[in-house]
Amino acid sequence: MTIRVQREDFDVGLELQVLRHNKNNVGAIASFVGVVREFSADSYIQTMELEYYPGMTEKALTAITVEARERWNLIDVLVIHRYGVLKPTDQIVLVAVSSAHRGDAFSACEFIMDFLKTQAPFWKKESTDSGSRWVEAKDSDVAAAERWSEISPPL
Amino acid sequence: MVTILYFASLKEKLGLAKEVITLPEDVKTAAELIYWLSHRGDNWSTAFAKEKNLKIAINQNMSTKDSAIKNGDEIALFPPVTGG
Repeated sequence: MTIRVQREDFDVGLELQVLRHNKNNVGAIASFVGVVREFSADSYIQTMELEYYPGMTEKALTAITVEARERWNLIDVLVIHRYGVLKPTDQIVLVAVSSAHRGDAFSACEFIMDFLKTQAPFWKKESTDSGSRWVEAKDSDVAAAERWSEISPPL
Repeated sequence: MVTILYFASLKEKLGLAKEVITLPEDVKTAAELIYWLSHRGDNWSTAFAKEKNLKIAINQNMSTKDSAIKNGDEIALFPPVTGG
């Protein structure tokens, strides 16, 4: 499994190729890419700045990934999350999961994203025409993570 | 001594990312630390009053306000996370 928190962009095609390279047991790769939207709430975003907690963020992402590997039959997991100043259409996050069959890959990918949104220390600040503001956490994200709660959360 | 880290909107309101302090004798839990910090002066009380639902991590593990704190700990205070 690979966890990367980085300023640089990533190449999804290349990353998915690495997940299947020389792995003849891989039958499915599910991936999710989060992207900066231009329109948020009631205004147009010029830039979005992402802050994180070096050390704890990687640790939290690792704990979420380990939990996913305990719940499903996975071959490998890759999580890349960017920080710094991004602009609309930029990629923010990639979660990619390989497994023998699609069910495990789909579920684990969604699970990792749901917990990343509510547990991993990242904060977004949007800059718009009318100034900048910190993005507020959404109840819908908390609810999405709680759907998985028949087994206790990873953190 | 404990290290305290502030992130995101809280960091901005306080104008401070990190400090190392000697823990007052009567501060034994996260809640007591937050109470003590929020009584440091106007800027501190305003900042803590405005942060709804403040989260706390002790030694990089998510913790609760009842969690014990002790010398040598790295304590982080931040608003709910919004990554992804």
